[in-house]
Amino acid sequence: MSTIYILWLRQVKRYLRSRSRIIGSLGQPLLFLITFGFGFGSIYQKAGQGNYMQFLAPGIILMSVLFTAVFSGAELIWDKQFGFLKETLVAPVPRYQIMLGRTLGGASVAVFQGIIVLILTLFVGFRPDTLHELLIGFILIFLVAILFTSVGTIIASLMEDMQGFQLIMNFLVMPTFFLSGAIFPLTAAPPVLKTITAFNPLTYGVDGVRGAFIGASTYGFAFDFLITATVTALLLGLGSYLFSKIQV
Amino acid sequence: MKSIITTKNLTKKYGDFTAVDDISFDVGEGEIFAFLGPNGAGKSTTIKMLTTILDPTKGEISLNGHDPGRDKDEVRKSFGIVFQDPSLDDELTCYENMYFHAVLYKIPKEEIKARIEEMLKFVELWDRRDNLVKTFSGGMKRRLEIARGLLHHPKILFLDEPTIGLDPQTRNHMWSYLKGVNSSEGMTIFFTTHYMEEAEKIAQRISVIDHGKIVATGTSEQLKGKTKTNSLEEAFLALTGHVIRDEEASGADQMRLRRRMWRH
Repeated sequence: MSTIYILWLRQVKRYLRSRSRIIGSLGQPLLFLITFGFGFGSIYQKAGQGNYMQFLAPGIILMSVLFTAVFSGAELIWDKQFGFLKETLVAPVPRYQIMLGRTLGGASVAVFQGIIVLILTLFVGFRPDTLHELLIGFILIFLVAILFTSVGTIIASLMEDMQGFQLIMNFLVMPTFFLSGAIFPLTAAPPVLKTITAFNPLTYGVDGVRGAFIGASTYGFAFDFLITATVTALLLGLGSYLFSKIQV
Repeated sequence: MKSIITTKNLTKKYGDFTAVDDISFDVGEGEIFAFLGPNGAGKSTTIKMLTTILDPTKGEISLNGHDPGRDKDEVRKSFGIVFQDPSLDDELTCYENMYFHAVLYKIPKEEIKARIEEMLKFVELWDRRDNLVKTFSGGMKRRLEIARGLLHHPKILFLDEPTIGLDPQTRNHMWSYLKGVNSSEGMTIFFTTHYMEEAEKIAQRISVIDHGKIVATGTSEQLKGKTKTNSLEEAFLALTGHVIRDEEASGADQMRLRRRMWRH
């Protein structure tokens, strides 16, 4: 327990100390909220779909959770390159505990980032239903954060250095965001797109959070939660396995 | 003398390349033992295998009576290590780095504070305990790593090229405290170096390693006698030849640049 705690604490401390990272990572969600939110708002309304900002805000909150989580997991590459990882790898503690502590730390950071973005969305007109439902939504967000921190850890376990990281951002993280129904409703999407999004775990995160925040979900919150929890468990297991195999 | 580290036919291969080639040696309990060799000789690879972070391709290791392949945690509890490259978290303070280590090594909660204070005073960093490590010089980082490596009272301390980039004052200081711990607590010290005078002055026994093989082992007097030379340097060159060794770049420099770009 103490091992998990100390690794969690380390991730959180590192995050709180990098103010430029916190502020810098708010730029993108803010840009998306303003351009998409206000840009498409009136067209969305004319198409008879209602308030676009209500629809978009949960998607953008999850976007920042996704980015922060993958990045936090992938920070492992730096620890690998700059030596700190070795300090944890020679410690007399099981490696899965180290991985778990790191992942929970990264996920907490991602959730915190999600909360900041939620506050931003309130300023541009987003109105969630109730506080109670907001909390339920954040339980799902925490799961999504663990899921994608594990993805970052998996990538980092397999990569030697940062050379390939841009590739991962462009071919994995960005598509995961755009193909999740975060910015457009899946109900009206063409069948091919629908099929692709069905295989994207973020789809269920976005749908479930939207269900909790504004009471509008395609698959139902319980189903979304179940899928997210299952995928999270699988990826956490895989990440933990790959982490335990790291040799430096 | 009772052995605390024993290896038999230890080998590590990367594809066709043999980094460590069939080496066998013993280190006695309480001994100061050095691996002396040129760049790329297999010194760090051997240390990594002894300290459970790399699995050998072949051969046996016994460390404090345990096999690093099987009883990883028992082996890990018995040593402290100072790696060749820094392994501190730059974004944490000096004290936090020590605390992190104390928790991982399960030092009892009520002892942690006093023990960290003792060790930081020992390496003269107590006044800087609340500074972020990224503000430290190379020598300060090295001292902190030594303090951290000793924190959990290890029976063996591994030091991989511990004095690279340190000025003579710091180097002297460092060895004087380590020799102190060696004699007061009977702690075994295993270090690698390519500095002759360091091996000669500090180590009780030296193994000369080259191309992954141990070419000779003994006291510096024995090595000189064996090669009929007057200095350890001459003995070393007689044993390993005059060819200059290249070490492959690790890409770490490139990484540093990228990290800076990413952060800002």
